[in-house]
Amino acid sequence: MKKLALLATIVTGALLIYGVQDFAPWGDPDAPASRHLSPHYIEKAVEETHVPNLVTAVLGDYRGYDTMFETVVIFCAGMAVVSVLRRPKS
Amino acid sequence: MMDQRTESCDIIIRMTVRIMMPFIQLFGLYVIVHGHYSPGGGFQGGVILGAAYIMLSIAFGLKDSTRYLSEKANAVMGSIGPMIFVGVAIVCALVGGLFLDYSALDKIIPLGPIEWRSMGIFLVEVGVGLAVMNIMLSLYWDLASNGEMEEGL
Amino acid sequence: MIWQLDLLILTLVVVCAVVVINLKDLLAATVIFGVYSFMMCLLWAEMGAVDVAFTEATVGAGVSTVLFIAAILRTTRRSKD
Repeated sequence: MKKLALLATIVTGALLIYGVQDFAPWGDPDAPASRHLSPHYIEKAVEETHVPNLVTAVLGDYRGYDTMFETVVIFCAGMAVVSVLRRPKS
Repeated sequence: MMDQRTESCDIIIRMTVRIMMPFIQLFGLYVIVHGHYSPGGGFQGGVILGAAYIMLSIAFGLKDSTRYLSEKANAVMGSIGPMIFVGVAIVCALVGGLFLDYSALDKIIPLGPIEWRSMGIFLVEVGVGLAVMNIMLSLYWDLASNGEMEEGL
Repeated sequence: MIWQLDLLILTLVVVCAVVVINLKDLLAATVIFGVYSFMMCLLWAEMGAVDVAFTEATVGAGVSTVLFIAAILRTTRRSKD
């Protein structure tokens, strides 16, 4: 069983490394991911939001809906842990 | 209030934590407030603030640390965080803009729509920071004390 | 990007991950996991994602290590398998 797990891990890793070959180079401005919306953010974010840190501008403003539900998810996780673990003094 | 366990704690550790505590909290606030200009933001700053309280709980004992931030205050602050976020979003929608469109808040306090987008991000980051800080602290409290809040690590 | 530095950090990440899996003492595994988180943080910072590196350093190496230690001290220190 252990050998089978090792084999599965190695095969999965080899497939992942094979898949990496099709990636765009690191920091490539012509990659599909950086041609669609990124130029708009990079050029317009400072004049549209007055926030020099692009990451904060995207997280807080352009993608605020994501961040809102991220906070809600963290809150739900905390509430779940409290409701499972916390018990009153007996 | 000092019980037996706290008396036996090392005085060097307690004094070190007492001196370090305001600086760590100041750094956490700096990370939240300065997130517009440098790396950081609500999540990271909230985690730093929560880690400061976790350090206090470890050094002073869990029972004594609840004197500085009680369990009820922790729960209330942790709930206020998401409420600030959702509240800002809903107020934006109520005054005539879109949901989460901070520039609509210009109709309440006229600062200019672009300046309000920056301010809105700041309000939202404060909400995220509050939520994350108190959730991290309550996770530690419940894990370390087996949910009984009697004795920490 | 300096490729020598990259290679060093990546090697350390892989070594830390393998060691964490193989350790029987869970407390030691937690400490090595903190080292792994810091290596990932260095890797993010070196690739220019400073915000992600900050999050990794605070959450991965700071709070999650404390939570793991709290959980271990309340359960058992030795791994069964």
